[in-house]
Amino acid sequence: MESEIFPQVIWRLGPLEITDTLATAVALTLVLWLVGWGLSARLRLHPGPWQTALEAAVLAMEEAVHDLVPRHTAEVAPFIMGLWWFLLAANLIGLIPGLQSPTRDLSITSALALLVFLSVHWFGIRTQGLTAYLRHYLQPFPFLLPFHLVSEITRTVALAVRLFGNMMSLDLVALIVLMLAGFLVPVPVLMLHVVEALVQAYIFGMLALVYIAGGIQAHEAKALGKGGTQ
Amino acid sequence: MTHDISWIVLGSTVAAALGIGIGVLGPGIGMGRAIAQALDALARQPEAEKILMRTLFIGLAMIESLAIYCLVIILIILFRNPLLAYVLQGG
Repeated sequence: MESEIFPQVIWRLGPLEITDTLATAVALTLVLWLVGWGLSARLRLHPGPWQTALEAAVLAMEEAVHDLVPRHTAEVAPFIMGLWWFLLAANLIGLIPGLQSPTRDLSITSALALLVFLSVHWFGIRTQGLTAYLRHYLQPFPFLLPFHLVSEITRTVALAVRLFGNMMSLDLVALIVLMLAGFLVPVPVLMLHVVEALVQAYIFGMLALVYIAGGIQAHEAKALGKGGTQ
Repeated sequence: MTHDISWIVLGSTVAAALGIGIGVLGPGIGMGRAIAQALDALARQPEAEKILMRTLFIGLAMIESLAIYCLVIILIILFRNPLLAYVLQGG
């Protein structure tokens, strides 16, 4: 049972432990990169069914990004879309027997959350400059600074733990049902897994987007003369 | 020493079962209230569906993470119990 919960070490490189989830994540990154590169190399003006479907998906994602960061869509969209595609593939790949979903490893979800944490500051400083960005930590009152700092840390931890907990708990439930009831009974649970994988990928990307938008729009709202909105 | 271990196992099991039950109760009530309010708002203003749904999903994710914290703590208690390791090493 324990081997099903925790990632297995498949290779040791000195003190570094290469787990099966990490290997899957790296392989998935390479596959996604190659597919994206291959597909974008032969885009056609009169698209076939595959190109049309993918274009629809990409446009829907871009529109979702545009709703939240209208003036910086071109900068933010690649990161968010990359998160969405990777998480979609990573959450669903666990359904293939023998493969481990990378997102049920807390190390990998932490790495993704850390990326989101860093990119919030990156986009914030890029759009408004260092001092203006740092000043928003003192808004509306300077004594609220500790609350801002705590919220930065907790929301990053929450982002990592949420994805990890959701993906792992569903796997665990399927496993327990399999042990209790036997063959083919966990299939409905696995169908729920598909829905949950989609929802969690959406939520992770959306929360990253909301955090980035919060970092960017602190000054946009002021420039437009409107109240601050997330 | 076996006495200690059996007590720790008993305590962990009871704590895990009670913990997940109580820990899911609060988020359950919270999510129910959030969905009810969102449906209420949706019935009043169907044209605001997009922003309502987005906010609802984000809010649900926030509430849900409370239950997930609970689950993670319980998994630690059940599978990586630090007290059990301490007793085993000490003895």
